[in-house]
Amino acid sequence: MASEDYAKKLGAEMHAISVAQFFEKNKHLLGFDNLTRALLTSVKEAVDNSLDACEEADILPEISVQLQQIELNRYKMIVEDNGPGIIPNKIGEVFAKLLFGSKFQTFGGKQGRGQQGIGISAVVLYAQNTTGKPARIITKTKSAKQATVVEVKIDVMKNEPIILSQTTIDWKNEHGTRVEVELEAKYVEKKASVSEYLKETAIVNPHASIKFVDPKGNREVFKRVTDELPKKSEKMKPHPYGMELGTLERLLKATNARVLSSFLTTEFDKVGSTTATEILKAAGLDPKIGPHFVTIEQADKLVKAMHGAKIQSPSTSGLSPIGADILKKSLESEYKLDFACSVTRTPSVYKGNAFVVEVALGYGGELDIEGPISLFRFANRVPLLYQQGACALTKAATTTSWKNYGISQSGSNMPTGPLIVIVHVASVWAPFTSESKDAVASIPEIVKETKLALQECGRLLSVFIGKKNRSHLAAKKKEMFKNYSIELARELSKLTNQDEKKLLAKLLEIAQEMYKSGQLKPEEEEAQLAQIEKRKVGAFKKDKDEDGDDYE
Amino acid sequence: MIMNKKQDDKNVAEKIDDLAKDTIKSIEAGSNPDITFPLRGLSNVYFDETMKMVKLGDKTQTRNFFNVGQAKKFMQTFLVARVIKELVKENITAPIRSIYYNTKHTIGDTSEETWEDQSESDPIIEDLEITLGSLREELHVRAGQKGSMVGNLTIIDAGDTIDLRKMGSGGWSIPSIVEKDIIKFKECEADYILFIEKDTIWSRFNEDKFWKKNNCIIMHGGGQPPRGVRRLVRRMHDELKLPVYVLVDNDVYGLYIYSVIKQGSINLAFESERMAIPEARFLGLSSFDQEKYKLPDNVTLKLKDIDRKRISEVLAYPWFKKKQWQDELKHMVEKGVKLELEALSAKDFKFITEKYVPEKIKKKEWLV
Repeated sequence: MASEDYAKKLGAEMHAISVAQFFEKNKHLLGFDNLTRALLTSVKEAVDNSLDACEEADILPEISVQLQQIELNRYKMIVEDNGPGIIPNKIGEVFAKLLFGSKFQTFGGKQGRGQQGIGISAVVLYAQNTTGKPARIITKTKSAKQATVVEVKIDVMKNEPIILSQTTIDWKNEHGTRVEVELEAKYVEKKASVSEYLKETAIVNPHASIKFVDPKGNREVFKRVTDELPKKSEKMKPHPYGMELGTLERLLKATNARVLSSFLTTEFDKVGSTTATEILKAAGLDPKIGPHFVTIEQADKLVKAMHGAKIQSPSTSGLSPIGADILKKSLESEYKLDFACSVTRTPSVYKGNAFVVEVALGYGGELDIEGPISLFRFANRVPLLYQQGACALTKAATTTSWKNYGISQSGSNMPTGPLIVIVHVASVWAPFTSESKDAVASIPEIVKETKLALQECGRLLSVFIGKKNRSHLAAKKKEMFKNYSIELARELSKLTNQDEKKLLAKLLEIAQEMYKSGQLKPEEEEAQLAQIEKRKVGAFKKDKDEDGDDYE
Repeated sequence: MIMNKKQDDKNVAEKIDDLAKDTIKSIEAGSNPDITFPLRGLSNVYFDETMKMVKLGDKTQTRNFFNVGQAKKFMQTFLVARVIKELVKENITAPIRSIYYNTKHTIGDTSEETWEDQSESDPIIEDLEITLGSLREELHVRAGQKGSMVGNLTIIDAGDTIDLRKMGSGGWSIPSIVEKDIIKFKECEADYILFIEKDTIWSRFNEDKFWKKNNCIIMHGGGQPPRGVRRLVRRMHDELKLPVYVLVDNDVYGLYIYSVIKQGSINLAFESERMAIPEARFLGLSSFDQEKYKLPDNVTLKLKDIDRKRISEVLAYPWFKKKQWQDELKHMVEKGVKLELEALSAKDFKFITEKYVPEKIKKKEWLV
């Protein structure tokens, strides 16, 4: 008995230590390593939670984010949504128990924003650690008459919620949840700011309406672009392509299937009995072997046969791409542009995980003509704001030859010009370089798909830029004739004492008539002008005449 | 003489006025103004076998104002024409570089300049010369001065008597305009003219008083000789009946300098009749001199790609078809090297002045 008590005590201690230490040790990985970042991470976790909750309940999200400065480096964050609300006895678990989420999966699964489910409770823990204040939650489900108000902290020893108070109030909202936390933080206005994050979030969540009130009381509204909710993602089985030996061994041990053939048909995506037979035949394995008895050599043969088999592309039911049209519309609603285009690739697979890449380009308009382009990276509808350099999506963007599409670029650097590039990767298991989910790992398949998508959009862009250059040349030509006419009229007038203004008027008149009568053909002229322009920027001017050094 | 000059000036001013009036006429008629002038360049020159010089063909080129590729040049032509008329009226001359600066300004409220650099305005001046059918000096335009001369000769330069036997180490600087109203020849004892490619080697000859010992005139044109130098050699050849010997580097550019003196250039083919000297003698350096004078390999320079390219161009010119010139250039390619005049110093500093030139002239080892 005594030993059993001891074991229980030890278990509790280990657990307690792990939660408290987990956060301290992983602060940097979780996105709380500095005050600016902590604020952004907090907003991000709360907004992700709200979006996920709304989508689960088929509600078009309306989210408001408010930041209030309490004192230097101390802010109050209020995030309110119109989600389904939380039933009172689950509030503590949702907000004050780490690793509570149902999203934490070891393999396969479905596309979601958080993936680890550590999100909002980590924010509550961070707030509690830095200000000592509990989180205040107001939530109401549709059926409840009143909203529940809870003040909650985390028992860091036990990883359990501590409910400090619980009351009910009348609430203006039919349903939804409001989170208030006070935390040590620093608010910045430029790059990687809360506003920037929300704007980017709005772009990839065009079905959401997001309002933001900054610490100075300025309001920003990111409007809803579509009333269509994202397709609900489903839990997905792994696809045989890209399956690794270690993972396969785990699956073999865990399966309930009694023979290999049914193991293949039940545990994998797109594998029917015909495909299963083919795979096993290629592997030289008896379909009747029990999965638990497969040796490592046999498993290795099985993996190789899986990779070599002809199997349909992975199902995309677990994926929720934004859709090219909506992404484009969304981009256009956030920026004044001259041109936008987008593409959603067909799903592809890496290491047995389905993924799909989407790209949208925005060009011209209010965008900065000089300086590097803006690259916005997203994974599963979440903006990636940090570690741009370490990200596979950045690598794909910089190794694309933008010069082919009329955008300046030197070497494999970030191109320059008035261009926004949006890259979105949707996957049931988006591969990040670290837990803070700032950068997509360099998976060759993902880089390749991203480049193909960028190239596809690039070609559309180059058509537009070509047209734009032509109209630019037309304007330039008109200006050119006008200016040269002014010069010519003046010189002729000086030579002959004729009236300069009359000469100029007549010259401009002739130009117009010549275009009307078709004596001057704009297309030909523009082609010629383009040649002249090209020569100017091209090689050095010839400093010798064609017969050599013979000017004098 | 003075009467003549006044007459010329009147002509130039009148011709420019006519050009302007023609243009205004077509503007008033509502048509696209144009100027037609002889085409300059390789495609419109030919080698006149009887006169033995490069001459301008009869192809013409029409420059329209309302044409994207020609509008600026058309406008520039009148910019220069107006300045030249002013020069003529005020009776002053201006260097081509000053004309470039004088007419350079920003166009309207653009960032575009009337000229980007002088290489744009120089051909426009040449266009005008040929369009108006007037010589450059008649346009009151001159180039920068390049080239010097000393020797057994006395001249009158703009009224000043100049004894070319007493010009010290630098020599008399050859002006850009050397027509009879400016330069007159007075006394000449010299037997011939030695034309040297570069000033450095010319200085060597002057220091050794080569002209005194050999009773000649020595001159250089600072590389590719300007028109003033070419015109002066031609006048001395014609009026003083002096043979002309040419001494250049053994490379394609050196040989081409000889060719320009001898038969004229492509770009200024319309001036050949006033400048070319078909009897000019090629003294060296020859591609065969290295073997002949046993010069060591380490004084040669390797041919570069650009040299080979230029050689193949020159080999194709009709006036280089004579076997001796083909042999010179082909032998240069075979050896793969070129030779500067300075390379002769490998023998001795005075080798070139005391042996090479006097012996070649004495033994008549030159090419024509």
